[in-house]
Amino acid sequence: MLPAYPYLILSAVLFTTGTLGVLIRRNPIIMFMSIELMLNAANLAFITFARYQQSMDGHVFVFIVMTVAAAEVAVGLGIIVAIFRLRGNINVDELDEMKG
Amino acid sequence: MIAELVIFIILGIVAVSSAFAVILSKNPVYAVLFLVINFFALAMLYLVLSAQFVAFIQILVYAGAIMVLFLFVVMLLNLTGAIESLQDKLPAQRWLAPALGMVLLVEIAVVFLSGFFAQVPEASELPEGFGTSAPVGMLLFSRYVLPFEVTSAVLLIAMVGSIVLAKRRP
Amino acid sequence: MTIPVSAADWIVINTELILVGTAMIVLLLDAFNRRISDRISPWITLVGVVGGLVSLGFLWGQEYTGFAGMLVIDSFSVLVKMAILFGTGLAVLLSVDYLRREELAQGEYYGLLLLSTVGMLLLTSSANLIMIFLSLEMLSIALYVLTGYARMRPRSQEAGMKYFLLGSFSAAILVYGVALIYGALGTVDLAGVAEALTAPGILSNPVLLAGAGLVLVGLGFKVAAVPFQMWTPDVYEGAPSPVTAFMSVSTKAAAFAALTRVLVFAFSDLSGVWMAVIWAIAALTMIFGNLVAIAQNNIKRMLAYSSIAHAGYILVAVASANQLGIQSIPFYLIAYTFMNIGAWAVVTVITRKGEEGVGLSDYTGLFWRNPLLAVSMGLFMFSLAGIPPTAGFTAKIYLFMAAVNANLIGLLIVAVVTTIISAYFYLRVTVIMFMHRPSEVSAVHVPIAAYVAIIIAVVATLWLFLFPNSTQAFTEAVWRMGL
Repeated sequence: MLPAYPYLILSAVLFTTGTLGVLIRRNPIIMFMSIELMLNAANLAFITFARYQQSMDGHVFVFIVMTVAAAEVAVGLGIIVAIFRLRGNINVDELDEMKG
Repeated sequence: MIAELVIFIILGIVAVSSAFAVILSKNPVYAVLFLVINFFALAMLYLVLSAQFVAFIQILVYAGAIMVLFLFVVMLLNLTGAIESLQDKLPAQRWLAPALGMVLLVEIAVVFLSGFFAQVPEASELPEGFGTSAPVGMLLFSRYVLPFEVTSAVLLIAMVGSIVLAKRRP
Repeated sequence: MTIPVSAADWIVINTELILVGTAMIVLLLDAFNRRISDRISPWITLVGVVGGLVSLGFLWGQEYTGFAGMLVIDSFSVLVKMAILFGTGLAVLLSVDYLRREELAQGEYYGLLLLSTVGMLLLTSSANLIMIFLSLEMLSIALYVLTGYARMRPRSQEAGMKYFLLGSFSAAILVYGVALIYGALGTVDLAGVAEALTAPGILSNPVLLAGAGLVLVGLGFKVAAVPFQMWTPDVYEGAPSPVTAFMSVSTKAAAFAALTRVLVFAFSDLSGVWMAVIWAIAALTMIFGNLVAIAQNNIKRMLAYSSIAHAGYILVAVASANQLGIQSIPFYLIAYTFMNIGAWAVVTVITRKGEEGVGLSDYTGLFWRNPLLAVSMGLFMFSLAGIPPTAGFTAKIYLFMAAVNANLIGLLIVAVVTTIISAYFYLRVTVIMFMHRPSEVSAVHVPIAAYVAIIIAVVATLWLFLFPNSTQAFTEAVWRMGL
């Protein structure tokens, strides 16, 4: 079977892609999806380490991360819907009533 | 070995290209669909890594439920019309971010290639039932019973919270 | 199969259970009868918080480990939990009339506040990285909702969105760090991590270092340390004032407890590496927070930058990583809880419906409009600046002594100089309140519950200065904690 590092590098690439998405995009929905990418990269790393250390703990961690991600999605999309109702658009850069 | 390599390369290409498609697409609907593809590729990789239970949960919960929620919101709000403003508040950020990202990636690659994980373990003797639902359940209700219970509270918060946010004026 | 939960496990989570139970009662009551719930849910919440404090009193001086090392109870966590519960209780007192003024629903608010508090309490005791991640998310998800709770006010919504995006971003970074540590050491248990680090050659493992760095970044976001502070001013300004009061003290307390546990106890063998990083972050945070606070004309933003600066001071204690430093952290957190909530209480009272009236000019001649309020605010400002006779002075003295003991002279100089700078903008508020006469003298209406909160904060701020020894026995015991 393959050594662990191809899987780990794949997870690193996905994590970096997600980070880039958060940094360069201004659309909250896409930023949010980039965060999901980062969480999934972490899940891949957990599963890989679990496989190569032959311990199931990593699978439990993935389970927990998925639950938390589901909760985040529910609240995050709730916030997006609420903002959209109030103003009709959701661009982060247009959320500039506040000064940085 | 060869079969695993081929599967890995195919799934890896699918996963990386769909990930890039997610962060580069103008239209959120496409981004959601690419993200679903990405999650499917990851689920297949989980199968290769003998994590059957997690792979199915990935498809059922992540690709199924969570992404449907995303798609629902994108379509409900008709966000396809909300095109991003092209002139960014911080134009430097746009150029700096990919550079920083490359640095981060190279660093992580160096970290993983540093030899620590390069050796192939004697992986053939996995314990009986590795990756099936039974040992996950056993762990969840023994060592990890507290995190398991706390997730229920987190889900309660999510339920109450999304109702609070989404309901109409009191 | 039986689920193995021992008596010790129940003892370890009894405070959390009391608060979860209270949250359930509040939420159910709201679902069944909104009219009754609107009237009594804050008082039920307060009873729960007081119950939690009593249960902590029983835990005082004892050490327990529960759930296979997931949670620990020791003097450190009990003290920080007290700070968190004081913060929650005072925030509830502020919320009663605020919610009525802003015409916001009551029941869910207190339910979410309590559940967020439970997340903070769990974070304080967590001795396992996955538990740290989970409780961090628990408190954060509830706070995202509370930040955006004023649904008809765009700023609150935007603050909720910003907090949500940056908060989940930092959580994703944290969980990737946890994954790397799991890969490098095969365990995420903090005691296990500390043990694994004694193995020869492990300290130079790059995967471990990368994982520890990412965990540090994730926690850095939560304590709002520079350069991870960019969300703080907008979120603190946009969120409802009582929520800001709550999260500026309680979240900070919980996150610092986790940071201390991770760095000083799990990664103590790596201290050669993180010491320099924390040194730099602490110095930058103090300088940035205090310098930018000078330029603010909005009291909420000024207090937000002040809160960033205070995170820098607490990081000095973390960086010294000696007995005195660890003891001074809970003391500083408790002192900060009272003085900062006190200041936010005055801000909540002065602002008008729709969060109007947050400019410094709204404080002109407050002394002539309401002397008691002005004197209290002056005291809180003195305390935040570290001027006697206040708790803030004592807390800073402890901190500086810790830095001297750890031979962090450079950091000490930065801390002292920034403290002197900070006196400028804190005292400016005092000058505006006392020296300038208002153009028109209109009395400020202060609701009774808010008065109670302010008086408690004043008494505590003075008490901790006059009788620091009353807490000394507490903090002495802190050092003895095991993981």
